[in-house]
Amino acid sequence: MSDKPAVYAEGITRIFGDVKALDGMDLVVQRGQVVGLLGPNGAGKTTMVRILSTLLKPTGGHAEVAGFDVVKQANQVRRMIGLTGQYAAVDEYLTGRENLRMFGDLFHLTPKYVKARSEELLTSFDLDDAADRSVRTYSGGMRRRLDLAASLIARPEILFLDEPTTGLDPRSRLGMWQVINDLVADGTTVLLTTQYLEEADQLAQDIVVIDHGHVIAHGTAEQLKDQIGGDRIEVTVHDAATAERAARAMESVISGHPLIEGNKISAPVSGGSMVLVGAIRALDLEQIEITDIMLRRPTLDDVFMSLTGHLAEDETQRPEPTRRRGVRRR
Amino acid sequence: MSAITVGRPVALRRPIYGWALHDGFVVARRNLIQTLRVPELLFFSLVQPVIFVLLFAYVFGGAIPIPGDGASSADAANAYRQYLMPGIFGQTVAFAAAASTVGLAEDMSRGIIDRFRALPMSPSAVLLGRTFADAVRQILVLAVLSITGLLVGWRINNGLFSALLAYALLLFFAYTVAWVGAWIGLSVPNPETANTAGLAWLFPLTFLSNAFVPISSMPDWLQPIAAYNPISTLVLSTRELFGNPTGIQPHYWSLDHAALYTLISCAVLIGIFAPLAVRKYRNATSR
Repeated sequence: MSDKPAVYAEGITRIFGDVKALDGMDLVVQRGQVVGLLGPNGAGKTTMVRILSTLLKPTGGHAEVAGFDVVKQANQVRRMIGLTGQYAAVDEYLTGRENLRMFGDLFHLTPKYVKARSEELLTSFDLDDAADRSVRTYSGGMRRRLDLAASLIARPEILFLDEPTTGLDPRSRLGMWQVINDLVADGTTVLLTTQYLEEADQLAQDIVVIDHGHVIAHGTAEQLKDQIGGDRIEVTVHDAATAERAARAMESVISGHPLIEGNKISAPVSGGSMVLVGAIRALDLEQIEITDIMLRRPTLDDVFMSLTGHLAEDETQRPEPTRRRGVRRR
Repeated sequence: MSAITVGRPVALRRPIYGWALHDGFVVARRNLIQTLRVPELLFFSLVQPVIFVLLFAYVFGGAIPIPGDGASSADAANAYRQYLMPGIFGQTVAFAAAASTVGLAEDMSRGIIDRFRALPMSPSAVLLGRTFADAVRQILVLAVLSITGLLVGWRINNGLFSALLAYALLLFFAYTVAWVGAWIGLSVPNPETANTAGLAWLFPLTFLSNAFVPISSMPDWLQPIAAYNPISTLVLSTRELFGNPTGIQPHYWSLDHAALYTLISCAVLIGIFAPLAVRKYRNATSR
């Protein structure tokens, strides 16, 4: 079993009605690895995690977690995994400590172990003071931490984190990153989904970019950034009519295809701030009047722009089945 | 996480009664803790049956004669209160089903159900725990109702043992309808619908019975329906066990063997609705 990858998925398809949420998704996560599943809303990230954590059955394809088939050996899979979703999956009326005890009991662990492990998790997740308060009184960040603690009660070998920081304020997000990094240092295999390149960059060694239910790129953060051309230059010209001319003028300093939107030009560049000087000189030479010019780190939109040729739009037409009670049943 | 000192997880040995019951008790404990954390809900679930007792005892009481009992009007009113209380008991435990419907629908609409489903726990535990907790809650409700009944003149006339049997039968019935309620809770699309759907079937079920009026006072075509309604046989059995007046019964097999018919009905209902509910739960995708 130990020689099998933590996650192995091949050709996973999942259809909701006439919507193809996953379309031939392949994924391999080695033991001890941290893999980030990066994609816009509706790309199929949550659906993939729900299939791997046995909550959803795939329409087609084959997936194994810790060497167990997610459909035929669901209960063995459940013993090996922890899952933290986009919504805190804890009981509102119970206290933090009662929640951990309940989940530990349902994992069929001895009361003595559950008690000791709960204390340990409450301490390391900074929930000591709130342990005996009803979860209703918790802040968003505290709920997420308790939720993660609940996932860790049985020390799972493989942890699925579905957008672990969505909806958190920046401070809570940093705290969550710290907690995840500690887990990783501890040897836990982690598959996390995120909409933010920065988050994938912070947490994951390997990033798998998905769109429309299948993988469009994978590699380390560095490799992906090289692929999309590192930093980008963004120039706003005074007169939209001069945008085309400005893009041509900068041809020598940019390193990829420029994107023109109204009076804004954006293009990948390689090299540091000297690029800015070069661009200003080139534009000045052509006597094009600019109102703004800057260098910025690539965003998810840029990754998608360069990988797929379209922006990572928020596709409300193809939602992941988030809280859609209509699709539950049968 | 550097503070980790606890070693590898230690697994529990399988209890002799099996994992389903073990997990069911864990979930039931959670549901009962929830009840204690929202005392307002508990309070109002007690107020409603108490109001029913007072309404029927003082508003309708004088107007509904119990055939075969009481000569004077004061006796008649007292006889009706004796007759009424088991009816209120029966109606109240039947309404326990609504709590199961709403409770489960709420669970299903929340993230916690995903955690339950991703745990290596018994798939029937959430339902076992819900139905069990909802039945246990009825112990408190029956206690409050009994005290109210004693205050308005109701009496236990047949000894403690028979009375305990009556309460046990009421609780078993509560547990049975909780499964029906659970199945409805899993079938509705959201908690709002559960609020309505959970109650809709209970009003005709409880009023088409001998809970408040004698079956003999109903039109002929309605009598067999009321006679084979398990609420009627439950109420009749408890009247007999408490030694309260039963009125004159038309002859139907169910009424002649009220306790037996009640037990059979419960077994059949659980036999139908428990597997249906568990299957629905297994196939449900909460999001």
